[in-house]
Amino acid sequence: MLKINNLKAGIAGKEILKGLNLEVNAGEVHAIMGPNGTGKSTLGNVLSGKDGYDVSEGSALLEGVELLELSPEERAQLGLFLAFQYPVEIPGVSNANFLKASINEIRKSKGQNPISAPEFLKLLREKMELVEMQKDFISRSVNVGFSGGEKKRNEILQMAMLNPKLAILDETDSGLDIDALRIVANGVNKLRTNDNAFIIITHYQRLLDYIVPDFVHVMYDGRIVKSGDKSLALELEEKGYDWIKEEVEAL
Amino acid sequence: MSDQNQILEDLSTSDYKYGFVTNIEQEFAPKGLSEDIVRFISTKKEEPEWMLEWRLKAFREWQKMEEPEWANVHFPKIDFQDIIYYAAPKVKKELNSLDEVDPELLKTFEKLGISLEEQKRLSGVAMDIVVDSVSVKTTFQKTLKEKGIIFCSMSDAIKNHPDLVKKYIGTVVPIKDNFFAALNSAVFSDGSFCYIPKGIKCPMELSTYFRINAAGSGQFERTLLVVDEGGYASYLEGCTAPQRDENQLHAAVVELVAMDDAEIKYSTVQNWYPGDKDGKGGVYNFVTKRGMCKGKNSKISWTQVETGSAITWKYPSCILAGDNSIGEFYSVAVTNHFQQADTGTKMIHIGKNTKSRIVSKGISIGKSQNTYRGLVKVHKKAENARNFSQCDSLLMGNRCGAHTFPYIEVDNRSAKVEHEATTSKISEDILFYCQQRGIDSEQAVAMIVNGFCKEVMDNLPMEFAVEARKLLNISLEGSVG
Repeated sequence: MLKINNLKAGIAGKEILKGLNLEVNAGEVHAIMGPNGTGKSTLGNVLSGKDGYDVSEGSALLEGVELLELSPEERAQLGLFLAFQYPVEIPGVSNANFLKASINEIRKSKGQNPISAPEFLKLLREKMELVEMQKDFISRSVNVGFSGGEKKRNEILQMAMLNPKLAILDETDSGLDIDALRIVANGVNKLRTNDNAFIIITHYQRLLDYIVPDFVHVMYDGRIVKSGDKSLALELEEKGYDWIKEEVEAL
Repeated sequence: MSDQNQILEDLSTSDYKYGFVTNIEQEFAPKGLSEDIVRFISTKKEEPEWMLEWRLKAFREWQKMEEPEWANVHFPKIDFQDIIYYAAPKVKKELNSLDEVDPELLKTFEKLGISLEEQKRLSGVAMDIVVDSVSVKTTFQKTLKEKGIIFCSMSDAIKNHPDLVKKYIGTVVPIKDNFFAALNSAVFSDGSFCYIPKGIKCPMELSTYFRINAAGSGQFERTLLVVDEGGYASYLEGCTAPQRDENQLHAAVVELVAMDDAEIKYSTVQNWYPGDKDGKGGVYNFVTKRGMCKGKNSKISWTQVETGSAITWKYPSCILAGDNSIGEFYSVAVTNHFQQADTGTKMIHIGKNTKSRIVSKGISIGKSQNTYRGLVKVHKKAENARNFSQCDSLLMGNRCGAHTFPYIEVDNRSAKVEHEATTSKISEDILFYCQQRGIDSEQAVAMIVNGFCKEVMDNLPMEFAVEARKLLNISLEGSVG
C-alpha cells in the first residue's frame, strides 16, 4: 500500500525527516510514537503535501504512485486521508456542502458522476450515527463552534464518508475525554477492512487500548528507530523514551 | 511560492471579461462643465424650461461645494473640467422593434450575455437599457401600460409625465445633498423612471442595464422610482463598463419613494471595470442611492453585489418616515487588486415602530481596501425603533484591508440597536484542509466565498442570483487548476 524510502524533508532550511523508511500493507494498522519534535506530524504533512516543506531526498509510493510529485488534492483523490491534529474552521460552508464537494471532487477524478442527493444523505446519516454526531451537524458550518471532541469526531466522520485507502490520524486522541476517545476509536475499528490501512500518530498508549495496532514504531530525530508489536507501546508507557534515546545515541 | 500566493497571483492576472468597446457613432458634448454645457444637455434632450432651471440651480449649488474627502479611499484629484458630460449614440429615433436597434449595440448586449430576445422570451424582464447616457429601448412598455405602470427613460418621463417627475425628483436626494448628487442634478443625462399606481403589484422584475462606452465620459444617470399606496415593485440594476486605461467617472442618483403599504425591492449587480492588476484605469463610482419610506407600513429593501469599479463610494439608505416602516440593506462587496470600496448604508428612523436590518459582507483580496460605513440614527420621536446590523469581513492574503465604521446615534430611549461584526481570513491552513479533502484551491475559495455571501445572495431574485454568482466567481477565478 504505502512504501516510504529514505525520506528526507525539512522546513525553512532545517531538516526534520532524516531518511525515514516505512512500509504499510493493506489491512494493517501502524502506530507511530515518539517524543515531541521528532517529526511525527511532519511525516503526515509531507505525505499529504502541505505547503512549505522541502523534500530533498527519497520517495513515497501509494500503490506504486509517487505521492511527492502530486498536488495535495491529487493525493487526496488517490485515497490518502489526513485526520488533522488541529482541524480548521470554515465559516459559511456547511458540513453537508463541504462533504458533498469533497466526495464529488474525488468521484470526478475517477470519472464518476456526482453523488445523488438521496444517496448522499443516506450515507451521511449512516456515518453520523457511527460517530454519534447530533442532527444539526449537517447544516452547521465546518468545525465552527465545535468543541475539541466534536472537531475530532468530525475528522473521523469525514474519513468514513470518503472511505480512503490510507488514513493518517495525527494525534487524533489528544485533548479527548474518555467518551470521545471511545467514539473515535470505535469509528476507526468499524472502518478497518482488509483493503485499507491506518497510520496512527500518538503520544499515548491509551488510544492503542481501543485501536489495536499490528505494528508500533518509535520515531526519534527524524527516523524510525525501533519497531515492534503492540507490546512495544506498553513498554514505552512504562519506561518512557529515554532508554530509546540512549540506545540510538549509543550506536 | 506558496499556494496561497499562487492563487493571489493568478487572481491578479485574471482579465476583465467585459472589456470591449463598441463602435457606435457617438455624439459628444465638448469637454468641461459650465452653464453652457448644462444648457447644451438640456437642449439636446429637448427639455422643458423648468427642468433646465432645476439643473442650473443644481449647477450653481455644486460650484459652491467641496468634493468630500472623508471616505476611506485615495485617488488623484478629479479634474471636473476634463470630463465629457454628455455622450449619446447619434440620431435618436423612435424604435418599434429590436430590428431597428443598431446591430453593433445588439452585439454589445450579446457580449454582456443579456440578449434582449432571450430576456423578453424567457424571463419576462422589462428592461430599460442605458448605454452611456441615452435610453435606447424600453421593452415591455405595452404590458406594463395595461396595468397603469409607467416605466420609461427619465427623458421620456420629463416629456410625458412632467407632473410626476416635478413632484418627486429631488425630494429624497435634494440638490444640495452632497457634491456628487449636486453634480448629477446639473448634468444627468438619462436614467429610468417608474411609477406604480395605487394597489398595483408589478407582475415582472423591472430592469436596467447600464454600460459606460465612450472614452473619457462620465455617466450620470438619474433613477426615480415611485410606488403608490399598496403597490409593489422589484427593480434590478446591472452595470458593466468597457476596459479603458483612464478612469471614468460615474455619479448616479437613485431615489425611491414608497407610500402607505408599498414595497420596493431594489437589487444591484455592479461590475464596472475595476482597473487592471496594477491599479490603472477603472471606474470611479460615486453614487447616491436613497429610499424614502414615506407611508406607514412601507418597506424598502436594497440588495447589492459590488464586484467592480476602481473606487466605490456608495451608501444605499432608507429614511423610515412612515410608522411601522421597514428598511433593509443586504450587501456583498468584493475588492481585488488595487480596488477601494467605501460602502454601507444609512438607516434613519423617524416614524414609530420602524425596523431596519443591515447585512454587509465585505471580501478583500490582493492589495485592495474594503470599508463598511454605516449610520443607524434614531430620532427623538421614533418610539420602539429596532435595528440589527451584521458586518462580516473576509480577507485573503496579507496585503488587503477590511475596515468597519458603524455609527450609531440614538435619541430615543425605547430604541433597540444591535451590532454584530466578524472578521475571518481564508488562510493557507483552510485551503490546505480543503485540498486534503480533494477540493482544489480555486474551488475552495469559491465555496468559502459563496458560503460567506449566502445570506445576501438569497435575497436576490432568481435570475439575478445566477448572474451574481457567476460574477462573483469571475472576480475570484483564475486560481490554480
